[in-house]
Amino acid sequence: MLARIKQFLGIGAKPKEVPKEEVEKVAEEKAKPRIGYVHLSGCTGDIMSLSENYDILAELLTNMVDIVYGQTLADVWEMPEMDLVLVEGSVCLQDEHSVKELKEAREKAGLVVAFGSCAATGCFTRYSRGGQQARPDHESFVPIADLVKVDCAIPGCPPSPEIIAKTVVAVINGDMDYLQPMIDLAGYTEACGCDLQYKVVNQALCIGCGTCAMACQTRALTMTDGRPELTSARCVKCGICYVQCPRSWWPADRINQDLGL
Amino acid sequence: MVLGTYKEVVTARSTDKAIQKIAQDGGIVSALFCYALEEKLIDGAVVAGPGKDFWKPEPMVAQTADEILAAAGTKYTFSPNVLMLKKAVRQYGLEKVGTVAIPCQTMGIRKMQSYPFGVRFLADKIALLTGIFCMENFPFASLQTFISEKMGVSPELVEKMDIGKGKFWVYTADDVLSIPLKETHGYEQSGCKVCLDYVAELSDVATGSVGSPDGWSTVFTRTDAGETIFKAAVEAGVIETKAVDTGKFGLEMLTKLATQKKEKAMKEIDRRKDMGLPVPFKASSEKEDPLANV
Repeated sequence: MLARIKQFLGIGAKPKEVPKEEVEKVAEEKAKPRIGYVHLSGCTGDIMSLSENYDILAELLTNMVDIVYGQTLADVWEMPEMDLVLVEGSVCLQDEHSVKELKEAREKAGLVVAFGSCAATGCFTRYSRGGQQARPDHESFVPIADLVKVDCAIPGCPPSPEIIAKTVVAVINGDMDYLQPMIDLAGYTEACGCDLQYKVVNQALCIGCGTCAMACQTRALTMTDGRPELTSARCVKCGICYVQCPRSWWPADRINQDLGL
Repeated sequence: MVLGTYKEVVTARSTDKAIQKIAQDGGIVSALFCYALEEKLIDGAVVAGPGKDFWKPEPMVAQTADEILAAAGTKYTFSPNVLMLKKAVRQYGLEKVGTVAIPCQTMGIRKMQSYPFGVRFLADKIALLTGIFCMENFPFASLQTFISEKMGVSPELVEKMDIGKGKFWVYTADDVLSIPLKETHGYEQSGCKVCLDYVAELSDVATGSVGSPDGWSTVFTRTDAGETIFKAAVEAGVIETKAVDTGKFGLEMLTKLATQKKEKAMKEIDRRKDMGLPVPFKASSEKEDPLANV
């Protein structure tokens, strides 16, 4: 996986002596990363959050990447080969088109990114039990990692504009250290507010700081006697509370670097 | 480096007599927030304010000096301040937020700033993070046990609590009571036992009593932002400083306590990992500096 990301970023290749003119020529010719966008069962909130990065968006779309596939972004029917595909939304097992599009995206893209919590953990669609119009048979919605290999995940309901911008910058700079937690999070597909109880409080790790309750995007969490208390009816199973908890994973080096310490 | 990265360490106190009177030690946090509010460097601060029960603090957004002072003094139980940061920005509409945090809260805030997965438009609004030294924290029921059971005092009579000189102290209007710190062992929360940070290593400015004489605080300036605000407050005369004592009751003591906390935590981290329990920090065998907060 790491090798594939490195290849996508064009880093890690053996450095060799090349004349300056040739470097410039290569730079000119080097194709921009070809990005695809696949929209499965989600609310479009994730791409809307991306588009809130007004300041970098024009530069990004004009000069840094080529959007080669996407329902509303590119006028193409056939899915082309892509360097990276962002998948928004969970996949509905009864919807053969969704399943086919996801599988095809996996085949045609170098990297598959679960973009937003629906794709990463199933999020709100985890509650579906079918029986709704127009397709009462559409019942089972699962994170995309249940069907295809996912290379990295950016959870959030939606992910913040900042994390998207930071990720884009990291990808462009080939900053693998920054991306590592997202590679690790590709495996976190069964999320719930109750993870705080199972994985933090039950494991003698909770310190009552309140980060989880601050991070919860649906106000499903409050703090009672210094411990998170979940109103499960409000929890959308996005996983953000556990992802932001300082006791779930600890990016010490990055924080020191960001603070200049 | 068990005291974290810092630009400067000094002994300091607020020059304001009113703050000196109610503050825990040198009143550094109160003085800094009051100054920052006055100078509009922050437009509010999340602090551990008074709650419904005596000595059970509630996170609160303070926007005036009076509100800051109402929250002065150390509380030895949970105040999930991090939770209020979002409210400070969303509901109070603050653009530049200050907050006071113990080391673990500092870690939650800094992780959110570096990886704001689900947190929109908050990371860049934290203008001043004042960290306080912390050895451990107690559930509220533990405090009740110390005060009501072990000291036989009614909590509402307590005017101040303090930890120092190996004892847990309680001040009432006409009495000073204490129990040896040894008697508080076993009452601290478990999560503290794997904490590798004593001196709020990731704060902008860190402060605490250890290392300075009574009525003064030890202050570390760590980040550029922290240094700028602290220096400005000193220049404006709201905080006075003197050289920190490097000897036995100064930095030596601070270094000793920080090392003790880290060594104890490292042992516990290794023990838990050996049992197969999850800990977000590296085992001692996995890192170069076994006492680093990683």
